[in-house]
Amino acid sequence: MLSYVLRRIAVAIPTILLLIVISFVLMFAAPGGPFNGERALPAQVMQNLEARYGLDQPYWKQMADYVWNVVVHFDFGPSFQYRDRTVNDVIAQGFPVTLTYGFWSFVVAVIAGVSLGVTAAIRHNSAVDYTAVGISIGAQVLPNFVMAPILVLIFTLWLGWLPGGGWQGGQWNYLVLPVIALSTSYMASISRITRSSMLEVLNAGFIRTAKAKGLPMRRIILRHALKPAMLPVLSYLGPAFVGMITGSVIIDVYFSTGGIGQFFVNSAFNRDYSVIMGITILVGVLTVTFNLVVDLLYAWIDPKIRY
Amino acid sequence: MPLLDIKDLTVTFRTGDGEVNAVNGVSFNIEERETLAIVGESGSGKSQTAFAAMGLLAANGSAKGEVTYNGQNLLGLSQRQMNKVRSDQIGMIFQDPMTSLNPYMRISDQMAEVLMLHKGMGKKQAVDEAVKMLDAVRIPDARARITMYPHEFSGGMRQRIMIAMALLCRPRLLIADEPTTALDVTVQAQIMQLLGEIREEFGTAIVLITHDLGIVADFCDRTLVMYGGQIMETGPTEQLFERPTHPYTLGLLKAVPRLDREEEVLATISGEPPDMSRLPKGCPFSPRCGFAFDPCPTVRPDLVPAWEGSPICRACHAPVEEVQ
Amino acid sequence: MATQTAEADLGQQPVKGRSLWADARTRFFRNKAAVAGLVALILICLFAFFGEFLAQYERAYVDFSLMGRNAVNGVPSIETGHYFGTDESGRDLYARTVQGTRISLLVGLVGAGVAVIVGTLYGAIAGYMGGKTDNIMMRTVDILMSVPYMFVLILMLVIFGRSITMLFIGIGLISWLDMSRIARGQTLSIKNKEFVEAAVATGVRPFTIILRHIVPNLAGLVIVYSTLLVPQMIITESFISFLGLGVQEPSTSLGALISAGAGQMRYGVLWQLLYPLFFFVVTLFAFFFVGDGLRDALDPKDR
Repeated sequence: MLSYVLRRIAVAIPTILLLIVISFVLMFAAPGGPFNGERALPAQVMQNLEARYGLDQPYWKQMADYVWNVVVHFDFGPSFQYRDRTVNDVIAQGFPVTLTYGFWSFVVAVIAGVSLGVTAAIRHNSAVDYTAVGISIGAQVLPNFVMAPILVLIFTLWLGWLPGGGWQGGQWNYLVLPVIALSTSYMASISRITRSSMLEVLNAGFIRTAKAKGLPMRRIILRHALKPAMLPVLSYLGPAFVGMITGSVIIDVYFSTGGIGQFFVNSAFNRDYSVIMGITILVGVLTVTFNLVVDLLYAWIDPKIRY
Repeated sequence: MPLLDIKDLTVTFRTGDGEVNAVNGVSFNIEERETLAIVGESGSGKSQTAFAAMGLLAANGSAKGEVTYNGQNLLGLSQRQMNKVRSDQIGMIFQDPMTSLNPYMRISDQMAEVLMLHKGMGKKQAVDEAVKMLDAVRIPDARARITMYPHEFSGGMRQRIMIAMALLCRPRLLIADEPTTALDVTVQAQIMQLLGEIREEFGTAIVLITHDLGIVADFCDRTLVMYGGQIMETGPTEQLFERPTHPYTLGLLKAVPRLDREEEVLATISGEPPDMSRLPKGCPFSPRCGFAFDPCPTVRPDLVPAWEGSPICRACHAPVEEVQ
Repeated sequence: MATQTAEADLGQQPVKGRSLWADARTRFFRNKAAVAGLVALILICLFAFFGEFLAQYERAYVDFSLMGRNAVNGVPSIETGHYFGTDESGRDLYARTVQGTRISLLVGLVGAGVAVIVGTLYGAIAGYMGGKTDNIMMRTVDILMSVPYMFVLILMLVIFGRSITMLFIGIGLISWLDMSRIARGQTLSIKNKEFVEAAVATGVRPFTIILRHIVPNLAGLVIVYSTLLVPQMIITESFISFLGLGVQEPSTSLGALISAGAGQMRYGVLWQLLYPLFFFVVTLFAFFFVGDGLRDALDPKDR
């Protein structure tokens, strides 16, 4: 088991390094530096700026310094646009917000999706099943940036039940719409995957054996069918995680929650490379870590996987 | 009173092309400690007969008729009542031991849950009992291996585990649905030997469903030959094999390769297996039968003694003397 | 009696060998949702590419009399010629929606096109070569797939400037990854078929085998998957344009229009959200239904 974990980590590290290298190569390939704004700065100012941010160093040195700082000090460097702020400040401010509603969205998507999918499979071809299938087909065309305005239109503008933006330290009523907007399409996918894999498992020979053993249906579902039916769901969680972390950018911007997505987009407009890169790398590390956890879970559930 | 009495069992499946009868008015019984073989080619309805008796039909299937066990009609039982019969009274093992065991659970858990459910045992006691049963089916080193997963056993071993699991509650009847079909020939012989020993040791009645006549000959007291969802012929195995009275049984026996005779070409039954969605109104075998005459395709023959006082019953219009 | 008629029919009609494709076509057209999707798709394409001829206004024409007052004066109406109303700058929303739909469709098609060409070849080569080559190629795909691509894509747009060309390149770069995996999987199963072995035995060069024997047999799968890929690409593009980082004014896309509409709905200008949203949703549905229909029609499992 330990060697399996180590081997998986050994694959994860180059992925993160690759991400850093890609970011750097893109940045070096950029026409003009971060300070080539609308008005040209005097040469002396430019030189001072570049020296301050280390941009006068050779490329390899810049990259090595960056990696060193990130890995050893967990320091993503200063922001290029806000003199008084570092990338770490930005992350410290925005990340808890994103993490909060991201976590709830993930939990809602998984729990609602799995329950819906399992119920639909057990009551195959019933009204429940058709409803579940209908919901998951419908939600396919409702990505977060479509859900967000629709929810605000209904619950804020028409019904006036919930605030259409803001954060207020994460009070529940400010959480509801972001969580629904972010989780809907993933809930739908999870329920679809759960339903079809559950249907397949319920047709398996070992389920027939379990029935012949006289086990009640409830126990058959929970003890025999759920685990194998969850395997395809588990492999979908990786992509779902990436999708949600990406979708959080929309949520942050549309609901003005003050999460990292808002900083990310602002920086994108201001060409604030260091913030963009810092957030991209952070997200990359999170993704890789999450995939690692999923792989380990998979190995834990499926006894046929050799470590 | 017979242990299990099946009367006029009909199994119907709703399919895209309308309703299909997989089993069509089948009646037979099995006595305590008896061994009965149900023989037929694939699609003859032999497995569906067993599944219907156990209430294990696919979702689109339904059964009519009577399956009487212990004075109660199993077809009329609720799910909950049926669960008390399954495994506790009637055990069942299946064709493919690779897929019949849950690959995601330890053998110990899969076996223990049967005893915990039916006998109310605690986990530890149940596992101990399971180990004993694994010993009885000759799994070497059972105590240590019971915590392993199914994929860590060979096909033959898995079928032994299936048999052990089916016997945990000492059921009075064991239904074995093609228990050796998916196994190697050498392993087949071992499994059949094991079933024989179990019959002696536990006094279990066995319904053996198979298409392999070779197994039936040495193993079963009585044989029932099915074709197209109906019983063609039934009787004591020895007599039936010696002097078949039905053209289909005759064809089946001729198609068995034998070592004691030199034959250039193995005899086969001409024609194709029946299309269950459009069987003839009469005898299902009539399109392939060499003895078929006027009434065969339209009038269904009754299952009656071959001659007065004969233990062999046959469903055929052709006179016995002609077939023999 | 029934059997007799069936036999008579068989006797009269010479049995024609139906190709797999003809078979699939029959199955596809029996699927109501798929046919509805196809019809919707054709209508949307007509709308996107010829809808302009019905427009009463140039899409860039700014009606200053309506600017800022479109909640009252820019209401959709046949009489004024603003079928879908106007946007906050007094531009004709109908003409803008036509343009937005066209650009979204193009992005989707180009993305899927790149996926088909690059992904199929990449996957076929990896699967056919096998061994170390396969291992390295597929590891690379694994690594690329675990990169949060949307962030990298936005990073690219920031660095190289926000333009539709950049968007095409960016989407093309990521779209082929899934396709290569699928193509590889299928190649692995085709590679051991007799006709490939025959080609190998007669000394056909590997690359020719891949192009002549492997790729044509991937066609069914590639068609199904690329149909399902188009809506994914449209969603990706709309996502970026929703943030304002994708297609730039005066050009537009459905995502950009939805974004603008979402910003305006607080002022009671609902049509500015609902018309683009309608076309977005219908387009996605159409592609999903057609894709599902194709999958059911071409799925070898059903045969």
